[in-house]
Amino acid sequence: MSKLEKIRKKIQALPEGDAMEVTEERGCIVLRGTVKEWNTAVKAGQLAVDQKRYLGVINDIRLEGFDYEAAAAKGKPSLHDDLLEGASPDVLIIGGGITGCSAARELSRHALSVLLVEKGSDVASGASKANGGVIHVGINFGKNSQKHHYNQIGNAMYRQLSEELDVPLEQKGQVMLCCEKWERIPVWFLRQNGKRLGIPGVRYLKRDELRKVEPEIPDFIDGGMYMPIGGITSPYEMTIALAENAVKNGVRIVFDTAVEEMELEPSCRSGAYGEMKHITCVKTNRGRIYPKVIINAAGVHADEIAEMADDRTFTIHPRRGTDIIMDQKAGHLVRTSMAKAPFSILPQDRAQMASGPAARVRLLIRAFNGSSHTKGVGLIHSVHGNMLIGPNAVETPDREDRNTYRKEVEDIIAMQQKLSPDLSAGDVIAYFTGVRAPTYEEDFVVRKGIFTDNILEAAGIQSPGVTAAPAIGADLAKWACESLENLCGKAVLSNPDFDPVRKAPPRLRELSVEERDALIRENPDYGVIVCRCEEISKGEILDALRSGLCVPTVDGIKRRLRPGMGRCQGGFCQPLVMQIIADFLGVPLSEVRKSTPGSVITFGDTKGGREDEI
Amino acid sequence: MKYREADVIVIGGGPAGLAAAIAAREAGADVLLLERESRLGGILKQCIHDGFGLIRYGEKLSGPEYAQRFIDRFHALGIEAMTETFVTKIEKPQPDGTFCLTASSREGMLLLKSSSLVLATGCRERTARQVFLHGSRPAGIFTAGTAQHLINLQGQMPTRRCVILGSGDIGLIMARRLTLEGAEVVGVYEARPRPSGLVRNLHQCLYDFGIPLHLSTTVTRVFGEERVEAAEVCRVDDRMQPVAGTEERIECDSVILSVGLIPENELAESLGVQMDPATRGPAADSSKMTSVPGVFSCGNSFRVFDLVDDVSEDGEQAGRAAAAWSLSAKGRREAEK
Repeated sequence: MSKLEKIRKKIQALPEGDAMEVTEERGCIVLRGTVKEWNTAVKAGQLAVDQKRYLGVINDIRLEGFDYEAAAAKGKPSLHDDLLEGASPDVLIIGGGITGCSAARELSRHALSVLLVEKGSDVASGASKANGGVIHVGINFGKNSQKHHYNQIGNAMYRQLSEELDVPLEQKGQVMLCCEKWERIPVWFLRQNGKRLGIPGVRYLKRDELRKVEPEIPDFIDGGMYMPIGGITSPYEMTIALAENAVKNGVRIVFDTAVEEMELEPSCRSGAYGEMKHITCVKTNRGRIYPKVIINAAGVHADEIAEMADDRTFTIHPRRGTDIIMDQKAGHLVRTSMAKAPFSILPQDRAQMASGPAARVRLLIRAFNGSSHTKGVGLIHSVHGNMLIGPNAVETPDREDRNTYRKEVEDIIAMQQKLSPDLSAGDVIAYFTGVRAPTYEEDFVVRKGIFTDNILEAAGIQSPGVTAAPAIGADLAKWACESLENLCGKAVLSNPDFDPVRKAPPRLRELSVEERDALIRENPDYGVIVCRCEEISKGEILDALRSGLCVPTVDGIKRRLRPGMGRCQGGFCQPLVMQIIADFLGVPLSEVRKSTPGSVITFGDTKGGREDEI
Repeated sequence: MKYREADVIVIGGGPAGLAAAIAAREAGADVLLLERESRLGGILKQCIHDGFGLIRYGEKLSGPEYAQRFIDRFHALGIEAMTETFVTKIEKPQPDGTFCLTASSREGMLLLKSSSLVLATGCRERTARQVFLHGSRPAGIFTAGTAQHLINLQGQMPTRRCVILGSGDIGLIMARRLTLEGAEVVGVYEARPRPSGLVRNLHQCLYDFGIPLHLSTTVTRVFGEERVEAAEVCRVDDRMQPVAGTEERIECDSVILSVGLIPENELAESLGVQMDPATRGPAADSSKMTSVPGVFSCGNSFRVFDLVDDVSEDGEQAGRAAAAWSLSAKGRREAEK
C-alpha cells in the first residue's frame, strides 16, 4: 500500500471519514471536504503529516455551519485609500509581528527600500502581544526541527539584542517541576536530549535546592529540572523596539493594511517542481504595491498569503491560548517560568486520573513525541513583576477568535492553584487570548519560495517564536538580499547609517530620586503622574507619541508604557491618556481611538458640550 | 530637590483628606496636603448630581458644591496643598517615629517629613476583568466612574445605547445622567438578588426614568471587534453561577460597570499596615490609627462609605487624632532636648 493510501485509510477511519478527500498535489498531502466537528478536521490534518515524503499538509477541510466569510471580515481593516498605490519597495514584509519586525530590522542593515505592512493598527497586534514572553530553552525539540535550529540561535542572540534595543530581559532560567521521585528518570532522558541539542547547564534540583531558585514551590514537589539559559522578555515591547529601530534605519511601516490579492507571472527560473512563478503586484486595501521580494510573516494568516503567492505547502490551524495576568502583589509566587513536567501527575489529580503504569506510559509518550502542545500550563514571572499564568490550547476554525471564555479562565486558575496554592482569583487583573499559528507538522516553515521565486515564507511561527524571531529575521534578510542580487544582478550594499541601538525613553519610576529630579527639572511633564498604578508620567506618554513609530491610540500608549495595564485597568487614566493624545494630535477627544480606526471611544460632545478645561 | 516638613502630612485631597487636613489644622498642627490631581475635591469634582450634605448641612448640594465648602475652609485656614504631587515612596518610620516621603511633582522630586500621616487615598472601581466579563475586548467597556469622568469633566458621550452591570450607586447615577444626555439605557443588571445602591437612587435614577432593573442577572459576554456591538446577559443561580439556557443577546454599543469599589491601600501596604479582610482597608483603632503608630487612615481608603457626609466625619476624626499624635511627639522631642 502506498504511503498516500495509508494516510487516506487512517483519515477515512475517523468519524465523518467519508466526508474527507485525501489527495497528493505538488508534493503535498491535500485534504478537502466538510465536517460537522472541527476536531475531526484537525485530527485529519495531524494524521496526514509525513515530513519525510511530503512538503506538508494542505488541509482545506471546512467546518459545516461556520461562517468563513464573517470570520475573514473580522480582522480586515475597514479603511480604503491609495496611500500605497504604486509603491515599489525592494522588499515587502507582510505582517508586523515579532517575526516581520525582526526581519525588517535585519534588512535595515542594508541599503534597501523596505516596506512593512500590518493589517492591525500597531505592531505586535496578534500572537506577538498575547503570549508569555518566555525565552525558551527548547529541551524537548527534535534535533532536525526548525524550532530547535532557530530557538537555539535566537536564544543566544537575546542578550545582545535586548541590550541594543533597551528591552527588559530576565535570565533566571526555566524550571520543569516534578512531583514524584520516579520522574527523575524521564528527566534524565530529557537532559540527555538537552546534551544532544547542545543546551548547557541543565540539571535536576531536589526540592530544597530548587527553593533557592523558586522559593514558593509547594511541599509535594520532588524537585525540578532547572535550565539556566531560559529567560523572559516582554514580547510586545521587543516587537515595538525592533520596529522602532527598523524605522530609525529607514524601514517604512504602514498599519491598517491587509494584502488582498497577488498578481503572478511565469518566472524564468525553475525549481524542483518545474517552472516557478513570480509575484509582480500585491494588492492591498491601500493600493497596489510592486515589490521585488516579498516576505510572508503573516502569522495566523500565513497560509492564505502563501496561497495567494501560489507557494502554499502548509496549513495554519489556529490555536487559541488564554493567559491570565495576576497583580504584582502575587508576583513573588514565581521567579522564573515554571511548569509541571508533562509526564507529572499532581497529587490532587491522582484520584481522578488513570495513574496506572499504562496511563503513565501514555503520558510519557505524549510528553516526548511532542504531541502535548500546551507543555503544561505554566507560571511565568513577567519582566514587570506580575505573574502570568497560562496558556491553555484550544483548536478553532476562527483565526481571529481572541475571545476569552469563562470556563477556560476558571480552569486555568484552578489548575495553577494546585501548583501554587497561594494563588488567589482575587489577584487576577486581566486575561487575554492569543491565536497561535501552528502548522500540522508543528514546526516552523522558514524557507525560500518553492513554487514562486520572489517570496520567502516565515510561517507556522508559534512557540518558541519569540525566542526564534531574531534568528529567523536574520535568515530572511540574508535570503532577501540573495534574491535581490539574483534578480538585479548587483550586490546589495550595506546601510552606512545603520545604528543598531535603540534607546528606550526614560522610565521615571526606575530611576533614582536624584536622576528623576534632574529630568523633571528639564521637563516638568515628567513630574506629573498620569497612571497611578504603574506610576507613568505625562512626559513619558508624550515621549512615546513623539517616537519614530507613533501609535497615537489608547492601546498604543498602553503597550509602550503600561498605563491601563495595572490593577485599575485604565479606570482612572484612560480619560487622561485620551486627553493627552487629543491635545498632541490637535483633534477633538472623540477622534481618539482605542486601537483600530473603528474602535471609537466617545461619540462626541454631550448636549451642553464642554465648557472649560479639566 | 525640595525639602519640606510638617507635623501632619495628608495624602489625598478628596473629601476625607480635606476634612482631615482642616481638623488637624484646627487642632493646632502644621499640615501639608498632597494631591495627585491638579485640583482639590477628589471624585466629588465629577459628581455633579445632588444629594451631598443632607446630614452635615441639611442641604442638597452637588459634589463640587460640597467639596467647595471644604476647599474654602481649607484655604481660609492657610493650609498648604501641593497639587499634581504624587507620593512615590514612604520609608518605614525612623527611630524617632518620623516618616520620610518621596513625591513627584512639576517642580521636581520632593522629600517630605512628618510625625504622622493621614492616608486618604480613596478607592478604585472593580474592573471588567475582576468580575470575569468574557468575550472580546473592544472599545466601549467602561467603569461607571470613567464614563462619569468622560461626560461630566470632558463633555464627551461614551455611549448611545448601553447596558449597565451592577446596581452600585455610581451605576444608578450614570443611568440617569446618560438618559438625560439622550442615551438609551437598556437596563441595569445586578447579579445579586437585591440592588446594592441606595433606595433613593433606585427611585430617582431608575424608576423615575422607566429604566428596568434586572436582579439575579449578569452580563456574561461582550461581542464586537472594534466597538461593543452587543452584550450577553444571563440569569444567575443563588451561587452566582450563570444558568445555562437563559442567555439573551442585547444590542448595545457599551457596557458600563458599577460592580464595586476597592479601597486603595498600596501606600499603606508598603508601610506594612495591617489590613482588615472584611473592609479591604486598614485595621484601625478608635482614633483611626492603623497598626503602624502615627499612620492614620480615613475615607474610602479606610472603608467604602455610602455617603460623603460620613467620609468627612471620618476624615475629621483621623485629622484630629493625627494632630494630637504629632503635637505630643513634638512635645516629647522638645522635652528630650
